[in-house]
Amino acid sequence: MEKFEVFLKERDNVKILNIQGFLDAHTAPNFESELEKLIQDKNYNIVVNLDGLQYISSAGLGVFMGVIENVRQNGGDIKICCAAPKVFKVFDLLGFPSLYEFFDSEDSAIKKFNVKK
Amino acid sequence: MKRKSKIFEIKLPIDTANLEIIRNFVANIALNMGFSEENVHRIELAVDEASTNVIKHAYKKANRNQKLIAVRVTTYPDRLQIEVVDTGKGFNPEKVKTPSMDLYLKKMKRGGLGLYLIKTLMDKVEYEIKPGVRNKVRMIKYLNTHAA
Repeated sequence: MEKFEVFLKERDNVKILNIQGFLDAHTAPNFESELEKLIQDKNYNIVVNLDGLQYISSAGLGVFMGVIENVRQNGGDIKICCAAPKVFKVFDLLGFPSLYEFFDSEDSAIKKFNVKK
Repeated sequence: MKRKSKIFEIKLPIDTANLEIIRNFVANIALNMGFSEENVHRIELAVDEASTNVIKHAYKKANRNQKLIAVRVTTYPDRLQIEVVDTGKGFNPEKVKTPSMDLYLKKMKRGGLGLYLIKTLMDKVEYEIKPGVRNKVRMIKYLNTHAA
């Protein structure tokens, strides 16, 4: 079975969701519920670290779309880091880089939140 | 010398858990044909998107468990053809158009991205929609993209 796992950690008041494995219509609800938990607890500064993500389909991208409005209305953002070229390509094909900030490292994604404030 | 086409087919229950099986099935055939890793990924993603649409939208929840999704792969010397077939309610592919992805994304809508991806990833995409009888998405990828 292809695995999908989500790990949560926190650094400098930013929540980091590290997602690993295969993100498709089967595993997207998993990722969505983790993101929603963060938002329910009023955490709006979120980095999604894709280091370790091997595959993403539009169902996975839909999760980002589904929550971003709520996050931004509350003054936060979702920043994405560490996508492998194969994964980034899917985001790119759908025009996501014009809507979301992508970073090469988790550090630079976190820093962006703290520069703003 | 005459080189024939080969047909491979799987039929699976309507369940997102089977997306993995479908992806692997198609990816292995594409790899064996000599597609590059990048194109295997494109093919895998396109068939995932078409299958996800069937699994999520073709049937009512109540009768989903008696239904099947069929993925038929035909290999030709110069191309790979994948047909994703269901007997569900069908859809009008002309209505599901995304004229400007940029605008679409700005509205922050989710869903509906799949058909756009399929079109982008494959060389040729055709639909045969007969609601309740047989709906078919046919996707073609050429071994040499310039031949498209």
